Amino acid sequence: MMAGGFDASDGGKAERFKTLALPLLDELYTLARYLARNASDAEDAVQECYLRAFRHFDTFRGGPIKPWLFAILRNVCFAGRAGAARLTLSPDEPETAQPMWREPADTPEQAVLRRQNTDTMRRLIGELPAEFREVIVLREINDLSYRDIATVIEAPIGTVMSRLARAREQLRAAWIAADRGGAS
Amino acid sequence: MTCEEAAVLLHALIDGELDAGHAREVEAHVATCAGCAARLRELQELSGAMASSRLRIAAPGELRTRIEGKLPVPRATASRRGVIGGFAAGAGVSALAASGLLLLVTQRNDRQRILGEVVSAHLRSLQAKHLIDVESSDQHTVKPWFNGRLDLAPPVVDLTAQGFTLLGGRLDTLDAKPVAVIVYRRRVHVINLFCAPAPGAANSVPTMESLHGYNVLRWSENGLNLWAVSDLNAEELSEFGDKFETAMKQ
Repeated sequence: MMAGGFDASDGGKAERFKTLALPLLDELYTLARYLARNASDAEDAVQECYLRAFRHFDTFRGGPIKPWLFAILRNVCFAGRAGAARLTLSPDEPETAQPMWREPADTPEQAVLRRQNTDTMRRLIGELPAEFREVIVLREINDLSYRDIATVIEAPIGTVMSRLARAREQLRAAWIAADRGGAS
Repeated sequence: MTCEEAAVLLHALIDGELDAGHAREVEAHVATCAGCAARLRELQELSGAMASSRLRIAAPGELRTRIEGKLPVPRATASRRGVIGGFAAGAGVSALAASGLLLLVTQRNDRQRILGEVVSAHLRSLQAKHLIDVESSDQHTVKPWFNGRLDLAPPVVDLTAQGFTLLGGRLDTLDAKPVAVIVYRRRVHVINLFCAPAPGAANSVPTMESLHGYNVLRWSENGLNLWAVSDLNAEELSEFGDKFETAMKQ
């Protein structure tokens, strides 16, 4: 693990880097949380991603920074543990990222339903195989385009499309099963 | 179109990844095929369930502090304003100096600098938790709020029905002058609409530019310069511009 140690002359570069990269912290953490085993691994991965991205910031030649950062994070996450142990997103997961705007308030009943829905959906996404999980998170939660997802996972757009299709099929089947299980 | 072809394209349809022609083809197939219509409904249900769940997970505040602590601190406190502008212009200048074209670009540079500033201000609004000064989805609350704060009456229109939710407004600065910003969102994407007074400016058609993955739609209308900035894709940001223009004329 790299611990600081940057030259002070990196100051201006750091300022540019922070302005561009720090607003994406919650989005990066979300992906890390779905890819890493637990919260502590996710935090380490995000931190390592930022340090690595900063070290290589000179090689970032404009263009969208989001897929560039996501790609680094993904490599960090997968390098951390070859393959894919299944992660656990526990129901008592820390609070959901608050959007910068206020959502319409739920009634207490709606709040309970939404909470259950959120817990179930997080668990089901967590149980998908890693190559399906990442496309679902990038598409459905982080709202990346197919092109950007292709950049992040270093695969052609056709692969993105077929993985996304299969991921949704699995997720839907699991969702229906969970719904029946919950209702009985 | 066969059902097999449609099966993959249904996903692209709900993800907004099809051009108009292909979207029409898929929709035409769905209209005549009960099986594919059912699949499309299933997919929309699933996407809806995910959209209404809160699946994003906030980074612990302590993680941000830790990361900021590991990055170097700038020596001189260079102005935070326009850091990207400097970046973009700087990169542009050295590249052009190398190719001997420096003299041709002064004007373009100015435009590029403002583009950088607009994107900087957009990012700052997302980072500093200073997105909105007046929070309301009601245009009749947001518009009067600017009275007395600025020498212009910014155009505030409600575009919720068109898929762009009005979040509110705030004051910001652009090119060292105060400007009005109207804030909208689509799904998870914030759109900052900067309005700067430009008396006598000729109306101009919207043009799309992009910097670091942020799209900027720029146009002039009724003595105002307008910039809509977002990480939303260019197509939907153009749509925003169209809807905004249409609503303004009503």
